[in-house]
Amino acid sequence: MKTLKPLNGNQTIAEATRQVDPDVIAAYPITPSTAIVESIAQFKADGLITGEFVCPESEHSAMSVCIGAASAGGRVMTATSSQGLALMWEMLYIAAGLRLPIVAGIANRALSAPINIHGDHSDTMGARDSGWIHLYSENCQEAYDNFIQAFRIAEHMDVRTPVFVGLDGFIISHSVEVVQVEDDAEVKKFIGEYKPVYSLLDMSRKITVGPLDFTDYYFEHKRSQIEGIENAPAVIEQVGKEFGLTFGRPYGFFEEYRMEDAETAIVVMSSAAGTGKDAVDELRQEGLKIGLLKPRVFRPFPYQKMAEALKKMKAVAVLDRASSPGAFGAPLFTEIRNALYDYAERPKVINYVYGLGGRDIKVEHFKEVGAKLEKIRKTGKVEEMCGYLNLRES
Amino acid sequence: MKKETWKELPLGCVNVHPGNSRENLTGTWRSGLKPEFIAEPCIHCMFCWLYCPHFAIIVEDGVMKAINYNYCTGCGLCAEECPTKPKSIVMVKEEVKLAEGGKK
Repeated sequence: MKTLKPLNGNQTIAEATRQVDPDVIAAYPITPSTAIVESIAQFKADGLITGEFVCPESEHSAMSVCIGAASAGGRVMTATSSQGLALMWEMLYIAAGLRLPIVAGIANRALSAPINIHGDHSDTMGARDSGWIHLYSENCQEAYDNFIQAFRIAEHMDVRTPVFVGLDGFIISHSVEVVQVEDDAEVKKFIGEYKPVYSLLDMSRKITVGPLDFTDYYFEHKRSQIEGIENAPAVIEQVGKEFGLTFGRPYGFFEEYRMEDAETAIVVMSSAAGTGKDAVDELRQEGLKIGLLKPRVFRPFPYQKMAEALKKMKAVAVLDRASSPGAFGAPLFTEIRNALYDYAERPKVINYVYGLGGRDIKVEHFKEVGAKLEKIRKTGKVEEMCGYLNLRES
Repeated sequence: MKKETWKELPLGCVNVHPGNSRENLTGTWRSGLKPEFIAEPCIHCMFCWLYCPHFAIIVEDGVMKAINYNYCTGCGLCAEECPTKPKSIVMVKEEVKLAEGGKK
């Protein structure tokens, strides 16, 4: 029966996992995603999950168990954060290279050093070239909805690629919201049956998984891997629509907030988008024609749709909750600026790194950005292209 | 053997012909030296068989018979490990055959 439940972000991932009931769950607890693993362990102890629950000795082993179980033909999930995801690193590439549709809930957290347990996107952004699909969630409801859709996306025959579902550490992972939890049977029906293409346990059709490639095959195998994630946009779109028809909450590649007549726009992912929308409302009341675009899918990057949505703006500020030291701008900024390059008429694009290590971002900070965009709209001049928000400078 | 394009490959780098490494003739890597088996001093201790990294020592009923040059890379481990005096395996010069298309 569908019910409204007070859940925090971690509990929504655990709840969705219980409903999907994967064949194998392998996870190692790490703040702030610990409660995902803890809740799943409780479900398992209470007999609410039939799948195997494996407690390995590290995240590297957790992802290795996931890869083994998925190669054996199982539906598999895990959860982690920050250093845990970093420890999975080499196995992430193997999961993607072997086209195993593993789904991972990531309570996004900063990477050391210095040690910090709070929310930013350094962990998944660091893994952006590992070949995984990236979905990001603004709130607990989106974390729940994204996690369910992730199985459909990952397991689609044209995709067969692992998926990260990001939810901001603490801000979402530990904040309780009223979440619409769908009916168990309805969720199972939406997910459908998973049919692996190959299984290590199928003795009638023996296979070798992960053998050595020399110079004559590696390149072709990598190209075929890329095809999976390049096929994902059509599937993500279809699954998002179908989710809407089934449960009443449709999803696309990004959400546009008050963008219809906007002349300037702020692009920001995950939990900060909620604060950003409040700031846009206030700036609108002050007479600014400003909107907000919240990306949900970062990999595969929906560059054409994103560019179409932003090309008519006069000025755009891209807010990144991760830095890319030495790069020309942070991850989201470089993608968006690149996507706009071929348009004769295109906005000025600026970049702010914000919220590293869980630093708060408030309405006043968004309003600061809005004022900067208004100045660029009026003058056509960019004083500083890449800056920082809410950082002690002097 | 025709090599597949990326579109023809099985999903996820899976090898659907397990054991096909026997088609990879590592003997083509040999350059300059090859081991020669001298049966007379051989005591069939199986050291050469144990140390050979490419399973190129042919053994029948516990008796060392010959070297399979299809897979022998000429690394010389068998000759190095052979304990008999004189040696039952010695490395000898081999005329290098260039791969097809190579300069003669």
